[in-house]
Amino acid sequence: MSAAVVAPVRLVSIGKRYSGTKALDDVSVEVAGGTVHALVGANGAGKSTLGKIVGGVIRPDDGQLFIDDRPVRYTSPREARIDGIATIAQELAPVPHMSVVENVFLGIEPRRGGWVQWRQMRTQYEKLVSQWGFELDGHAKVGALRTADRQKVEILRAVACDARVIVMDEPTSSLTSVETKTLHRMIRTLRASGRTIVYVSHFLDEVLELADTVTVLRSGRLVRTAPAADETEDSLVAGMFGAAAEAEHFEKPQGSTAPVVLEVSGLHRKGVLRDISLRIRAGEIVGLAGLVGSGRTELARAIAGADPVDGGTIAVDGETRNIRSPADALAAGMAFLPESRKDDGLFMELSISSNTTFADLRSVASRFGVLHRAIERAKTRSLLNSLSVEPPNPSMRVASLSGGNQQKVLFARWLFRNPRVLILDEPTRGVDVRTRAAIHRLINNLAAEGTAVLLISSEIEEVLGLAHRVLVMRLGSITREFGADPPLDAVMEAAFGLGGSTTA
Amino acid sequence: MSATQPPDPVAGDPAVAEDRVSADTIAAPRVPFQRRLRAEHVRDYGIVVFAIALFVYFSVASNVFLTKNNLLNLVFQNATIGVAACAVTLTIIAGNFDLSLGSIFVLAEVLAAYVAVHWGVAWAFPIALLAGAVMGAINGLLVTKLRINAFLATLASALTFGGIAVGVTKGGLLITPNSSVFTFIGQHRVAGVQYPVVIFLVVAIVLQIVLAYTVFGRHLYGVGGNRDAARLSGIKVHRTVIITFVITGAACGLAGLIDASTTGSGSSDMSGLGGQLALLAIAGVALGGTSIFGGVGAVWRTVLGVLILGMITNGFDLLAVPDYWQDVVRGILIITAVGISSVVDRR
Repeated sequence: MSAAVVAPVRLVSIGKRYSGTKALDDVSVEVAGGTVHALVGANGAGKSTLGKIVGGVIRPDDGQLFIDDRPVRYTSPREARIDGIATIAQELAPVPHMSVVENVFLGIEPRRGGWVQWRQMRTQYEKLVSQWGFELDGHAKVGALRTADRQKVEILRAVACDARVIVMDEPTSSLTSVETKTLHRMIRTLRASGRTIVYVSHFLDEVLELADTVTVLRSGRLVRTAPAADETEDSLVAGMFGAAAEAEHFEKPQGSTAPVVLEVSGLHRKGVLRDISLRIRAGEIVGLAGLVGSGRTELARAIAGADPVDGGTIAVDGETRNIRSPADALAAGMAFLPESRKDDGLFMELSISSNTTFADLRSVASRFGVLHRAIERAKTRSLLNSLSVEPPNPSMRVASLSGGNQQKVLFARWLFRNPRVLILDEPTRGVDVRTRAAIHRLINNLAAEGTAVLLISSEIEEVLGLAHRVLVMRLGSITREFGADPPLDAVMEAAFGLGGSTTA
Repeated sequence: MSATQPPDPVAGDPAVAEDRVSADTIAAPRVPFQRRLRAEHVRDYGIVVFAIALFVYFSVASNVFLTKNNLLNLVFQNATIGVAACAVTLTIIAGNFDLSLGSIFVLAEVLAAYVAVHWGVAWAFPIALLAGAVMGAINGLLVTKLRINAFLATLASALTFGGIAVGVTKGGLLITPNSSVFTFIGQHRVAGVQYPVVIFLVVAIVLQIVLAYTVFGRHLYGVGGNRDAARLSGIKVHRTVIITFVITGAACGLAGLIDASTTGSGSSDMSGLGGQLALLAIAGVALGGTSIFGGVGAVWRTVLGVLILGMITNGFDLLAVPDYWQDVVRGILIITAVGISSVVDRR
């Protein structure tokens, strides 16, 4: 790219602070036109913040953003959109009860004299869809779509308003690997048409495969901007953490004869779960693999009493329990780490210690329900230290922690109860590489101490890396069972319902 | 920010720096950090400073304001609102709402007067509290078991309770027997302090302790802050919510009892305090800084909010400011308080 060509996006000495913490400090980046430019870093490194500044979602405290060499100061994403910059956010925000077409053209509806030209809108939609090779029913309500399809809506929305720069913030964090591939194809098409993509992600393999240029951030500071071809996963990790973080290999015990802790038989829920039976022994990690919509999360929620079931029994330590609410499941010695820490997990406005002790407040209270706050804080602090939550300050608000540390606090809540059975749904979603490794070690240690673990993850490598046994779900049933370390493609085939290769 | 860069002449004035969109304003001042800290403090503790300032202002502006009698009267006049407001703070923190405070108050008052006349004075006390608690339980059941939106449920129950009150009094006034037992609460003093004032303070202190130092109180913050997370943590959400409505109902019954005892009668007239109670109490809660969306707040904040609203009435009366100004000022005050917190939270 010659110097004469104007960069569509240039950030100069950008700084941003959140309640005293520097999210970004003196970061300068130039994004070349028609390229995919990745922003990588650990949680809290400032990569999302930088993306949001480009998209006009947040305003920098210091520094200057240039669009086509023109200094701009956006006060809303709308202003950025007018300049041709569209943002596809981590948490997608379309209007759920409106149709796909209405969402795509929201705010830019073709109109005449204040009346929306519905027919013209439909024609334009069909044209867009065929032009970009999407398959998406325009009449469908966005609220009923899966995350991957909602993302398509957002992308269509971006191209419909003729965006030249598209900021994507962790677009694949809730996609399956197949959906991710589709998204990458779309991104390449967008790039081929001359559009510029700012791609915020912590999936290094994706970044290396997709991006032309990579900017590495660490603790709000710029480490370097380099061509992706010059980088490797190791070099990126080294840049992100300042030292190479090693992936751990976990020993997996075979043929355990420990007593069965959790036994589920004939669990049934109309249209969702079909005759599910499984058993987990003390100290065993059972992985649950399957595609999105295969019933993984639903099974976890059913066992944990979060959703009602139509039939079946659940026994803990050989004793059949009547589980009709999460309270019953907790009383039976189970703990359930839900998929979304923000929606189902944390109390963002409360302190770390309140979040940690919430599921077992009686243990830090007198007989009459009066809390011993000093004991509560002390117990929380020791738990935070053992999980290396940063900072280990029990009175801090959870909202001010980074994603990885928030996830650790959620873990702390369940460890606080010393559960017999730990059900983990996506335990490392949206956390950085280092926290992820720490959580993997934690799960392994808990199992070694005798906890029965049911592990669900859409990252198949995570399941294979940790699980002593792998169950594959498909269409609401458990269709296959593997031992430790099964071949990846055999598990994938089972998840897709293909082939009949032998059990590993 | 480079050290070699010459200091920007306009950097000292953030307003000017904001407007100038050019490359040489990159050296933005380090002001926002401090400004932000201050903004959060204004949101959290501005109300305390404001209450003190208002108190000092009225003390200086009027020579009557800062007398024992006037201050006791101020609290006395706001005791019924205060009792209801402190209790409804719990309901609001747990993520709900109650518009039926005034109707529960009126019906409890009327029932207290009715049983005082027909069954004997001693019945008035338990009946007022019990009636309030039952009405609160009805609200709680509507909101949880029937899943009716709390605004609508309590709006509808308010109409119903108010109607029943009119039916009991047949539209008039029930005069209670002139017994010193009945008027004891409303018209007597302990150590020179009116009983309603004592009751208000006791209710406030007890509820503040419940909220801040008990398992139940913590559960309220959890349920209001993230209902799904609370449920998954084993909290019986419905039961918790119903209890907050019962507490609020009983408190409104207590407030009705105070009013009946003070006036020696039971009135179903909604044009008086009964008609305003819900709005004044909720105004006090909001002014104090408890979030109307739940999950955040405190009883001491409500006490402050109620007393500020009371001070404005009392102080303006002493300074002979017309009534309509009081309402204008109170309205602007609530908007300012809620506005500051919403602006600060959005930053």
